[in-house]
Amino acid sequence: MTRKQRRLILIGSSVGVLAIAAALVLGALRDSIVFFNSPTDIVEKQTAPGTRMRIGGLVKAGSVERGENLRVSFAVTDGNHDIPVRYVGIVPDLFREGQGVVAEGKLEAGGTFVADMVLAKHDENYMPREVVDALKKSGRWQEGEAGNVAK
Amino acid sequence: MIPELGHFALVLALALGLVQAIGPLAGAHYRDAALMRMADSTALMQFVFVALSFAALTVCYVTSDFSVANVYENSHSTMPLIYKYTSVWGNHEGSMLLWVLILALFGAAVAAFGGNLPATLKANVLAVQSWIACAFYVFILLTSNPFLRIAEAPLEGRDLNPILQDIGLAIHPPLLYLGYVGFSISFSFAVAALIEGRIDAAWARWVRPWTLAAWMFLTVGISMGSYWAYYELGWGGFWFWDPVENSSLMPWLAGTALLHSAVVMEKRNALKIWTVLLAILAFSLSLLGTFLVRSGVLTSVHTFATDPSRGVFILAILVFFIGGALALFAWRAPLLKQGGLFAPVSREGALVFNNLFLTTACLTVFVGTLYPLALESVTGEKISVGPPFFNLTFAPLFIPLLFAMPFGPLLAWKRGDVLGVAERLMAAFAVGIVAIAVTFVIKGGQSVLAPFGIGLGVYVIGGALIDLVERTGLFRLPLATVRSRAAGLPRSVWGTAVAHIGIAMSLIGIVAQVWADERIVSLKPQETVSIAGYTLSFDRLTQRTGSNFREQVAKFTVRNSGGTVVGTMDPSKRTFPARATTTTEASLLTRGTSQLYLSLGDANDDGSIAVRLYHKPLVLLIWLGSVVMMLGGGLSLSDRRLRVGAPKPAKKAATKPALQPAE
Repeated sequence: MTRKQRRLILIGSSVGVLAIAAALVLGALRDSIVFFNSPTDIVEKQTAPGTRMRIGGLVKAGSVERGENLRVSFAVTDGNHDIPVRYVGIVPDLFREGQGVVAEGKLEAGGTFVADMVLAKHDENYMPREVVDALKKSGRWQEGEAGNVAK
Repeated sequence: MIPELGHFALVLALALGLVQAIGPLAGAHYRDAALMRMADSTALMQFVFVALSFAALTVCYVTSDFSVANVYENSHSTMPLIYKYTSVWGNHEGSMLLWVLILALFGAAVAAFGGNLPATLKANVLAVQSWIACAFYVFILLTSNPFLRIAEAPLEGRDLNPILQDIGLAIHPPLLYLGYVGFSISFSFAVAALIEGRIDAAWARWVRPWTLAAWMFLTVGISMGSYWAYYELGWGGFWFWDPVENSSLMPWLAGTALLHSAVVMEKRNALKIWTVLLAILAFSLSLLGTFLVRSGVLTSVHTFATDPSRGVFILAILVFFIGGALALFAWRAPLLKQGGLFAPVSREGALVFNNLFLTTACLTVFVGTLYPLALESVTGEKISVGPPFFNLTFAPLFIPLLFAMPFGPLLAWKRGDVLGVAERLMAAFAVGIVAIAVTFVIKGGQSVLAPFGIGLGVYVIGGALIDLVERTGLFRLPLATVRSRAAGLPRSVWGTAVAHIGIAMSLIGIVAQVWADERIVSLKPQETVSIAGYTLSFDRLTQRTGSNFREQVAKFTVRNSGGTVVGTMDPSKRTFPARATTTTEASLLTRGTSQLYLSLGDANDDGSIAVRLYHKPLVLLIWLGSVVMMLGGGLSLSDRRLRVGAPKPAKKAATKPALQPAE
């Protein structure tokens, strides 16, 4: 086998593996990414029920209700719109009213968001960046609050 | 006074760094021995000054000097002493100081142990290393100075993020940084080789031990971070495919590829250009990781504070070093001469296969990590790429890699016989298939793929053992001969086998999580919950007070199916008044390599408390595997041919015959 043939085999197999990887990546990107929406996005875009997505905003003050068997319901707000959320399970330590939250799940036909994952912040100083942006978009972000984020 | 000294020491380190970045480079160019030798002393002194600076910050923390802004923001006088030490790097500024400390440490190590490096190569390596160091000194001094004072010192600090108040902070970041930053040496070697326009097998022999050492630390650093997240976050998960985790996985994948391609270069003088490129990429990915984690582009527990100027600064460093190195590569790489020939089916071919799949896997992680950022900056749309993406892309690429793994060490250099190797691996195939069958019988059809994963792991272990058995002549030769052959076997052969066994162990541990059980229930005292043959009874709820927290502890007694008490578990919720935060402390009960995992949720008004209970079969294998991988790396590192600073060509001739597979 000449050097040229060997190089061809090498390049051919590299291209082959890369093509497989590209196919896997494109396939996976189509099926497995999750979009992030603010409550306003959901109301304005008229998102179809059943799509998997993330929503983020603040846990509306006074909206948290705990039921039997670890049922929790609360509302996520960005100041302009609220989306009711249902969740069964244990919410994170830093899940609190008036604080930032990100939930992943599906929107039901009635407009309730059924979450199977609730993420809060890692630390009381930070707010999820998506939440900050959502609040900024809705005009409810006061720069005074920047201290909560930038510090 | 102490913080000012620390600040001053860092400025001096920068001054020395600038001298070292220019002098030796000029010395190597003009063949001026005195200028070249200067790099040794500046590298050592740089380390001394950075160490002084780091020590100064440590003193500020230990003495709770809240007049220093950094200490005020991240410490508290009642914090246990160990966390006062670790909180030095539990914040952005301090962690960058640790970063440069390790960078300077590696530079000093090259100066001290690189005695028999060619003078010009050593001078160039140290100069390049110093360029990196200077960039980060300037970054710290201009944007992240940990020594800034507060005019009126507060009486009390704001405490360290409670999640970080854990022994994990003492272990994970230093190990991870030793790995991350360790790749800077391979990078400097690669850039130095490009500057000289000359590269040979000896170069690979110098680079390999450094890469190997960095790789060992990175392996354990990542896995200790994973274990920490597992027990601290209270979710029972060990890997979330979070962008921050991915940014440590990418250099690991590139570094693993580099380790293997450097073998080909050292032994066969082939794959030179590729090896140089990998060395550049491994550290580039480390820099990218630093950027992603430290710039505030991502939000995670690792992002301490966001400040746009820092992000832009690190991005500039990133562009300069990656862009510069790649441009140099494009310009100079054609000068490097092509090396030895080999057939596609050969040890070299197998290592190329390894490299191909590792770098492609690295690429998929890269896409999954950066695609959301790119999409957001282009279209403003926010998406998250989670575990499903990586399960669909990364896993399919790792399966062929693991399947081919036992073939590599058994194939001959230059021209191998794949069918012959398959025949020799017959026993490994057999145990793999038996493992699949046994798993199916025990676990039934809960998951169709998982038993094959277990079988793959068992087969890889079998393959690694066959390699050792063949080389030592076990079962074939008299025991005394076996013993002497085992002793005569190069350590790197043992290292390969052990590291391969380690990755198989991790694989088995990961796959076995398919059979993990979970119970999320609300319990009142005296109630019980059962999982995987264990019954836990909730005895009572008590209060405890720590030095800077209060905690609510739930006491559980664990019984096995026979009703015998096998242990107690006491998960808790800690409240830290200084930050008004709560953390969940999970309780773990280890049975063999499996674990029961119990963490608390919220207490309800009726006296019940929510608990999350998991049974995680073989879960400890995930992290034990990484420790075994590190041991393998250590064995390889102790190989006399690879010992840092001892790459004597004469030794190679003496040990080489033993490296051939036993025919």
